[in-house]
Amino acid sequence: MAKGRTDFLLLLTLALALPSTGQAMHISEGILPPKWAALWYAIAIFFVAWGLRDLRVKSAREPFFKPMVGLIGAAVFVISCMPIPVPIAGTCSHPCGTGMAAILIGPTLSVVVSSVALLLQALFLAHGGLTTLGGNIVSMGIAGAFTGWAVFRLSRRAGLSPWAAAFLCGMFSDWATYAATSFELASALHGNSSFLHMFAAIGASFLPTQLPLGIFEGVVTAGVYRFIAVRRPSLLECLGVEARRCPLVPQKTGGAK
Amino acid sequence: MKKVMVLSALVLLCAAGLTFLLSRQSGNWAGVDEVVVEKIAKQAGRPARKPYINTDQGDLLLFFFLIAGTAGGFVGGYCFRELFPPEKKP
Repeated sequence: MAKGRTDFLLLLTLALALPSTGQAMHISEGILPPKWAALWYAIAIFFVAWGLRDLRVKSAREPFFKPMVGLIGAAVFVISCMPIPVPIAGTCSHPCGTGMAAILIGPTLSVVVSSVALLLQALFLAHGGLTTLGGNIVSMGIAGAFTGWAVFRLSRRAGLSPWAAAFLCGMFSDWATYAATSFELASALHGNSSFLHMFAAIGASFLPTQLPLGIFEGVVTAGVYRFIAVRRPSLLECLGVEARRCPLVPQKTGGAK
Repeated sequence: MKKVMVLSALVLLCAAGLTFLLSRQSGNWAGVDEVVVEKIAKQAGRPARKPYINTDQGDLLLFFFLIAGTAGGFVGGYCFRELFPPEKKP
């Protein structure tokens, strides 16, 4: 038990020790033309509605589900506005936390928590924009969460250990987020030039920063998974992450109330 | 507890070393939204505009980041205690 706590403290302290100034993947206000902004909003609204429906269903089934969504929401909010300096690139960027969220609460609810995080950042932290909120939800919430979730499930089905699957989930969800941002920018801004050429150029510009950061996000995701597996494995079973019967017996909470 | 204290001290030392090394590097540490997203948008003729609610003025943004960190930390900590209650010693 102490080992799990120590691992978590180490990861958390490392994560908190790294922030510097700068911002990251968010598409800023006014960059997307209105028709593209509207398209991404329409897609985002569909997924947010799907996630809210899932939240109602799952909360009614499992009493611990709401605090879990609250914890993950807070983590995604803090992680996605935490710039991390990448020495080999000389720039800063942030992890997203949506891979970890997708493993624990599922991809649709990850879209919901990402939407809340991105909305708060656009309103109060000059991070992203209100007109580009739909685009940012699609890249961070939808692309990041669904890719991470699919990678985790496929890796487990292929026989990989949970830690390796969680690592791959975190890494690919980060890269998918930035690939989706590149797609959104290229599709809206390529003009008369080739879409593919612009998509590749934007993706290549993200590469020096995101390649190491994606690996870092994979390590953090695996660390969080390990912490929960050691400290309270029944949570993973009841969340459907591990395919076993849910043995959870309601526990007395330790003074948070 | 002793183990956690030693580990925390080690992590703080590592963080101090990392900060020293990073501060001596030549990078400007701009975010990728500035060096990639905004640069490409500007080249394509759609430069970013100022946010509708612009908190990036003086120390105002720092204040909001502090509030956001505190609120996020509180919500996270509260829910964490719900899900991972302290272990009872026999």
